[in-house]
Amino acid sequence: MTTPLAHYLILAALLFGVGLAGALARRNAILVLLGLELMLNAANLNFIAFWRFSSHPGELTGLMFVLFSIAIGAAEAAIGLALVIAIHRHRRTAQVDRFDSLKG
Amino acid sequence: MSGADQIFVWIGHEAAGWAPAPAQPLVSAILAIAGIMAVFGACFALTTVAERKILGRMQNRFGPNRVGPYGLFQPLADGVKMLTKEDIVPFSADKTLHFLAPLVLTVPVWLAFAVLPFGRNMSALDLDCGVLFFFAIGSASELAVFMAGWSSQNKYSLVGAMRAIAQMISYEVPLVLSTVPVLMLAGSLSLNGIVAAQGSHTIGGLARWNVFTPWGLAGLLLFLIAATAESNRSPFDLPEGESEIIAGYLTEYSGFKYALFFLGEYLGLFAVTGLAVTLFLGGWHAPFQWLEWAPSWLWFGAKFSVLIFLFIWARATLPRLRLDQLLNFSWRFLAPLSLINLAVAAAWHWTGAWESAAAAPVRWLLCAALIALPAHWLGRALRGRLPPPRKYRYAE
Amino acid sequence: MLNEIAFLLCATLTLAGAVAAMTLRNLVHCALCAAGAFAGLAAIYLQLDAEFAGFAQLLVYVGAVAILIVFTILLTRGAEIQPAASPSWRMGVTVGALVTACLIGSIAASPGLHGSPPQTVQAPVKRIGEQLMNQYVMPLEAIGLLLTAALLGAVIIALREPPKPEPPAP
Repeated sequence: MTTPLAHYLILAALLFGVGLAGALARRNAILVLLGLELMLNAANLNFIAFWRFSSHPGELTGLMFVLFSIAIGAAEAAIGLALVIAIHRHRRTAQVDRFDSLKG
Repeated sequence: MSGADQIFVWIGHEAAGWAPAPAQPLVSAILAIAGIMAVFGACFALTTVAERKILGRMQNRFGPNRVGPYGLFQPLADGVKMLTKEDIVPFSADKTLHFLAPLVLTVPVWLAFAVLPFGRNMSALDLDCGVLFFFAIGSASELAVFMAGWSSQNKYSLVGAMRAIAQMISYEVPLVLSTVPVLMLAGSLSLNGIVAAQGSHTIGGLARWNVFTPWGLAGLLLFLIAATAESNRSPFDLPEGESEIIAGYLTEYSGFKYALFFLGEYLGLFAVTGLAVTLFLGGWHAPFQWLEWAPSWLWFGAKFSVLIFLFIWARATLPRLRLDQLLNFSWRFLAPLSLINLAVAAAWHWTGAWESAAAAPVRWLLCAALIALPAHWLGRALRGRLPPPRKYRYAE
Repeated sequence: MLNEIAFLLCATLTLAGAVAAMTLRNLVHCALCAAGAFAGLAAIYLQLDAEFAGFAQLLVYVGAVAILIVFTILLTRGAEIQPAASPSWRMGVTVGALVTACLIGSIAASPGLHGSPPQTVQAPVKRIGEQLMNQYVMPLEAIGLLLTAALLGAVIIALREPPKPEPPAP
């Protein structure tokens, strides 16, 4: 186990940045959701890394958090994608800048 | 007894002993991999010819009998045919995905064999969460089906792939749920631990396999039905039935890639059969205590062969299910029944504390009734969705 | 040494998959590269001795979420239209780069993170089960409710509305 904690955290930060940039830059709603999932995964990686390098790994706190986070992420992806499908049925498009009928 | 039983373990140790000390784990891993690939590759070849012979016999004809004695060299002929066929890739196909799909199917399936205990001390990897590893690896092969169907840029391939994925994710629920009682009562996700929990014996020297309990029997049946559907075998082979959709997601594949898909499908079948043997049929234990002298890997192989024969028999006997029948069967019958099975397994565990002499048959009858009655009612509810009787109009 | 190489390989796979998922033009390729990124992350969890989380990540993200995304792409005809980046994509990339720079800056500036490797860690499944049933039983029940609500909600949202019956003729 020779990679220090910093490397894992830097990987998580980069992953978060990529997810954020993609969620802000892409037009398709599905890719925005994909960026969201990448950000969630980056946070999970942070939790696991901190748990592994902590002084009380027997408490399994980080691992538990990540298990719940994975479940929540999957539920959120399901609902988000159902929303995209429902909107596509009405608007015939999945581009986020066309969902502007509430614009004042 | 221990000589013949541990012969493969001994061979592995001796061969790894010739390697220099730092490389020994790597060499023993490679030996285990080579062993598994050799054995299950030969098993694949034998199963293709055995399936065709058995299907033929059940249909009152001989199977292939030209190529070798009793047609046993047929797999060699099939292999030569597959390898020399032209590898056609459609012009508008997505070339990278088209190339990668057979690999993404076959590699995870080979991985799944690593956790199965083929005999005493004979599992390649003793993971703490072996069952979870198995199902996680198995779920990665669904993406390969999609890749195959989509990259062909063929409407029929895509429809076949959609059907196949819908079927696979629907049947994953009863597959995993039917193994949960086993995990609950064995107290471990490790496959070696589950086999060890089935190692004790009861009256008459009968081993305490999980299948000799009501929840184990129901669980085995549910698991086998879900496994048939997961491997896209008849009667659940709508995605690749030849009379339905040509070959579904495999339409645009020929030659070696088709052979890889074929291999991946059969290997998937072997992996879930191995898991069924481990979880429900006592793994490498003998059925009776006075039969424990036979090598453990022989018992595993015997049970494995019986289950494979059952799969082939089901293929020969049952007609194909339609897509809506298939999905209804999974969500409205198998999934609720797996949950009820879980509750019954818990009831079995709690009634295990009963002390009286008549306890065993009463427990059995009670738990069996608790599963059989809901199964009957669910079956009735499922059948209730038949279409109304047809009205015929005749020309005047 | 081998550990470092394994980490670098998995990290490269993950980052390459993530960048590909966010920049490719073909949506199906994006979804499949994202599945590769998730698989790379699962490998990193395995390296960090979190076996259960790694296999759960494979089962849930690669086996379910990736397939959901792929199905949605097909159901919303994403494979036909050529998706273009939003006109303000430079802003988005800048924001992402700024956030990443802040995070990496604070990581590099913290003293205790470049430290020695810790002891061997065991996370047996039995212990996870015990904790789930004793200490984390409330979150477990809440997750059960959440998943049920998500299942029902997703089905209802995506359900095709039956066509309204025609009003009777006057």
